[in-house]
Amino acid sequence: MLTIDQRDTKVNTMKFSISRIAGIALAFGLAIAGNVQAAEQGDAAPTHFPIEQPKQVEWSFAGPFGKWDIGQLQRGLKIYTEVCAACHSLNKVSYRNLADLGYSEAQIKAYAAEYELPDEPNADGEIEDRPARPSDKFVGPYPNAEAAKAANNGAAPPDFSLLAKARAPLRGFPTFVFDVFTMYAENGPDYIYSLLTGYVDAPAGTEVPEGGSYNPYFIAGSSLAMAPPLSDGLITYEDGSPETVDQYAKDISAFMMWAAEPKLVERKSLGFKVMIFLLIFAGLLYFTKKRIWSSVKH
Amino acid sequence: MSGGHSAYVPKSGFGKWMDARLPLARLVYDSFVAYPVPRNLNNWYTFGAILSLMLIIQLITGIVLAMHYTPESTMAFASVEKIMRDVNYGWLLRYMHANGASFFFIAVYIHIFRGFYYGSYKNPREVLWILGVIIFILMMATGFMGYVLPWGQMSFWGATVITGFFTAIPIVGDSIHTLLLGGFAVDNPTLNRFFSLHYLLPFMIIGVVILHVWALHVTGQTNPTGVEVKSEQDTVPFTPYATMKDLLAMIVFMLVLAYFIFYMPNFLGHPDNYIEAQPLVTPAHIVPEWYYLPFYAILRAITFDIGIPFTDIVLINSKLGGVIAMFGSLLIFFVVPWLDTSKVRSAAYRPLFKQFFWIFVIVCVGLGWLGSKPAEGIYTTMSQIFTFWYFFHFIVILPVLGLVEKPKPIPASITEAVLAKTGNGDTSNANN
Repeated sequence: MLTIDQRDTKVNTMKFSISRIAGIALAFGLAIAGNVQAAEQGDAAPTHFPIEQPKQVEWSFAGPFGKWDIGQLQRGLKIYTEVCAACHSLNKVSYRNLADLGYSEAQIKAYAAEYELPDEPNADGEIEDRPARPSDKFVGPYPNAEAAKAANNGAAPPDFSLLAKARAPLRGFPTFVFDVFTMYAENGPDYIYSLLTGYVDAPAGTEVPEGGSYNPYFIAGSSLAMAPPLSDGLITYEDGSPETVDQYAKDISAFMMWAAEPKLVERKSLGFKVMIFLLIFAGLLYFTKKRIWSSVKH
Repeated sequence: MSGGHSAYVPKSGFGKWMDARLPLARLVYDSFVAYPVPRNLNNWYTFGAILSLMLIIQLITGIVLAMHYTPESTMAFASVEKIMRDVNYGWLLRYMHANGASFFFIAVYIHIFRGFYYGSYKNPREVLWILGVIIFILMMATGFMGYVLPWGQMSFWGATVITGFFTAIPIVGDSIHTLLLGGFAVDNPTLNRFFSLHYLLPFMIIGVVILHVWALHVTGQTNPTGVEVKSEQDTVPFTPYATMKDLLAMIVFMLVLAYFIFYMPNFLGHPDNYIEAQPLVTPAHIVPEWYYLPFYAILRAITFDIGIPFTDIVLINSKLGGVIAMFGSLLIFFVVPWLDTSKVRSAAYRPLFKQFFWIFVIVCVGLGWLGSKPAEGIYTTMSQIFTFWYFFHFIVILPVLGLVEKPKPIPASITEAVLAKTGNGDTSNANN
């Protein structure tokens, strides 16, 4: 928690300097534009979302040597199973993929068997339900998209499989340039964490539609159809981790990142080998080239 | 190919036998071993080799990806996810291909601007330049169609917006639009034909690249002084000099590419493309891939109709105007060799041109930034100013500068320039 607070201050200072740079750039733009149009500013209702940029969390999978925190992913699965799965599908992930989370074949089989899906037609041409197998994709809460819409006031809850990559508020210039050097690629889980912990009472004057909940971190408006899904003590942890909204939000965000990018750790560890190889190769080539060109002035 | 002389001497008996029948080894030797290149080429001249490598990487990863991809609108998105999750190293192939496209464009933009800076398009290299522009346009078409294939939200809506341009063409616009899409809206037929064309165009690119390299080997390379090669002393043989230099540059470029592939593979993409295409849900901001942004800004800068003054007659409405400006901004590259009236090639000896070159670079980067912004308020005004300058640079500055600019004294030869720089009277011949 402390680290997040520290980061917040850091982000704020950075924001300050960025706004100054932006201000200078804008002034420059206005000057050459001649045709000055009043820049949108001030007390009007916000028109750009999210209102607040996501908070930055320290993830175990960030950075060049990022690894999954297996315990965290298991807790995330528990949250998904007990809370999120009531509305959100996970249809690109198979039960067998849970092996990544350290579960045995028997455990995965038992987990999958708790869900049912329509079988192939039997010898009589009838379709019956059968328990899911490890090779099946996660069975969703609704039989089809229309049913999902009908049960949720016309807005189907998004599938979880890729959400950690599909929800990443744009960082804008020049922050995105710095991101290249800080290797910041955790926009998605940061966003999900911020959203889940970001529900607050709407400020005076902000209208929240019927059935909506105000959340300044929401990417597409000031309120969203999902009511705060987590509350302290909602899910029981067996490993002694704190049973708080903050911890829940981190765990489900990490789980969703795994669901969206299951090869993340494999990618980073192969990447390190490739980078080392290319660096050594480039070094050898540099000296070879230098040697070859040493007799030629150029 | 230098001066029609071939230095190739077949060594083995088989080599002699083959050389008398199909002198392929001779062609390779003359083109990539003995071929003389100016001794003073700097690292900006390595991007041609880097581009060849990128083309090969895109072809190999693309052909393997096509083995696993399903070009059908209800299955395309899922098939890409299958590649990412279940195909062995599928994630690597796809990230290489997607980031490879971005880096292909980074390399081609550097290559083009190197050409602008050193006046590489001037007599006698006009055809070489024009072939390059054709490659660039083919690359843009290929990249655009490739971005549609994952069938995400930006794929779908990008395709809808870009193909919509064609409806602006008077009379035949709607027919072209329907032909392009295979229907009245982007749908399965569009995906099918884009996949087919995305597979075809790279091979057309290879064809034009061969012509491009051929034309290069006829005229020889330019160099940072812009002075033509005058004697053997001005050159070094391609191998080992250029080969080693190009190889080093390629590996350094790969290093940067690898950083993106392995550590920030989605940095250059748009998050919305991880949402499957939904024809009824329009994204808040439809933006093309970053490498099209300057042209997208030019397209959107034309917000006004062009007509006969003091009447209501509209000759070109804003939509058609935008499309003309966008295509014009590309097509104008074709006539650059004739717009630039200066006899001096290199910006190194053109003090005024050098400044305008850098202003032009800033304008292009600025247009790219504006292309990513919503088309409203100050952004539109700035886009219009930058678009104006973009065309002003080609149509007015290039012709006028050649007439009014007083160039700096030009060295008599490449060797003289090199020795002046290294400050040594040594005239050791590189070919020794």
